[in-house]
Amino acid sequence: MKCDRCDNEATVHEVNIVAGKKTELHLCQSCALEMGLVVKPQAQIAELLAQMVKTPAPSAKTTTRDTLRCESCGMTFAEIRKKGQLGCSQCYDTFAQQLTPLLERAHEGATHHLGKVPRRAGGCIDREAQLLRFRRQLQEAVNAEDYERAAQLRDRLHNMENQVDITTTIGDKNSPEGATDGGAGRSARDTEVEGAEND
Amino acid sequence: MIDANLPFEAQESEWISGEGPTHDIVVSSRIRLARNIAGFPFVNRATEQERREIVSLIAQKSPKWAGGMVFIDLNTVSSLDRHLLLERHLISAGHMRGTRPRGVAVGADQSLSVMVNEEDHLRLQMLRPGEQLRQVFEGINKVDDEVEAEIDYSFSNRFGYLTACPTNVGTGIRVSVMLHLPALRLCGEIDKVRRAARDMQLALRGFHGEGSEATGDFYQLSNQTTLGKTEEEILDTFVEVVIPSVVEYEKSARNSLMNKRRGYLEDQVWRAWGLLTSARLISTTEALQLLSLVRLGLNLDLLSHVDEAAVNALLLQCQPAHLQFIVGRQMGQGERAVARATLIRERLGA
Repeated sequence: MKCDRCDNEATVHEVNIVAGKKTELHLCQSCALEMGLVVKPQAQIAELLAQMVKTPAPSAKTTTRDTLRCESCGMTFAEIRKKGQLGCSQCYDTFAQQLTPLLERAHEGATHHLGKVPRRAGGCIDREAQLLRFRRQLQEAVNAEDYERAAQLRDRLHNMENQVDITTTIGDKNSPEGATDGGAGRSARDTEVEGAEND
Repeated sequence: MIDANLPFEAQESEWISGEGPTHDIVVSSRIRLARNIAGFPFVNRATEQERREIVSLIAQKSPKWAGGMVFIDLNTVSSLDRHLLLERHLISAGHMRGTRPRGVAVGADQSLSVMVNEEDHLRLQMLRPGEQLRQVFEGINKVDDEVEAEIDYSFSNRFGYLTACPTNVGTGIRVSVMLHLPALRLCGEIDKVRRAARDMQLALRGFHGEGSEATGDFYQLSNQTTLGKTEEEILDTFVEVVIPSVVEYEKSARNSLMNKRRGYLEDQVWRAWGLLTSARLISTTEALQLLSLVRLGLNLDLLSHVDEAAVNALLLQCQPAHLQFIVGRQMGQGERAVARATLIRERLGA
């Protein structure tokens, strides 16, 4: 049976009977995930890491990834898989693409930080993260029927969405180099690395 | 004095005092933040020289943090001292066993510690008795701000605080509570708690955290997810959902034992009391298990003539390093079993 939303095989089936009326939903795993019908399976840290180690290289592309080396500390992804640890902060940039599925599984689908930002990095919060934060707060405000706050948040979101770029400020006045190894310069490197890997 | 190298008195640790809100079930609240210093590779990739530089940087800066911390170079203190720090939950087991340049800065009241060169460059942690997670977060967050004012943390816009292990990245926060769940164990319900915890992406661990066994019905419950949620969200889940439900579960197990199996419960408690006050040789594990039952008996008013503070203090004092410290000399396992039994009888007034 095909998925109701795409051409993939449907693996998640939901039957609802409301007031005697029956509706059926047949979805593939990814559409079901998107619609929130299923939750990504969680794994314990040890299982996750064990899986990282066991996963064989299925294609030439993965092999290239395994030999990709962090310019800063010299770690390869194969070494990271073996150790279960990264070698330096630059590794997060270098292996961003390979780390994403692991992070999704370890952190309930999340791939972006939403919490505290060092004061020195003030003003360079990722726009995407900020938008996510506001959307989530908006949802909470609506759920709590706090419409005044919801309206404020909606306006802030609206302003942000109309803004072209808010991430150009790096650091605050006291810290001209910006936040440690973070800062806007890092986002540019993210793009570079990911672009290179797509070649 | 056998711990002359430790720069503080061997006073009791406040976290195990049996005080604080909901202390009958929530023994203590702990929050740790994993942080790395920009410009250095992570600890697993750092050279001896780089590790030493980090140790001296923190040794130099930490005396000014949190109203004055004391820095301890773990390579310059005895193995017994390191054990003492572990038993007080100021360092982890891995940090105690390490051999490379590493240290710990300890706050004046021993509720705060900053481990240096553990898995991450810095592991800031605060520990308080009872359910005090919000106060603990406020405290540790303040210290984090102080540290951050002087040290550049490795931070990325996308991934947050960068940590050696990707399972800690983002907030780098681990919120945990130590729970005393004797009734759930007696009712055979601990596995259900374990499964429920797993379903909520929480970890249920033993007395000393990661990799340790549950001893004396003491369990540590902590968050696993550190990315994509704010610190407040993680904290709210704990304070508003997780802790109340586990506390309620343990309470209902206690009620059920009191109402339906009171004879069995009283027998367990009084047997524990009998053994503790009569035994001539006792191991740490057995002592903790029996003290756990006596603690339960006190909480349920099945025992009334016992000093609760003494029981809570014994949970720490009967552990190997504390015992040797109290007795004032190093002892082998056999000798410790005798000394432990003697100490327990003394402190319980038997």
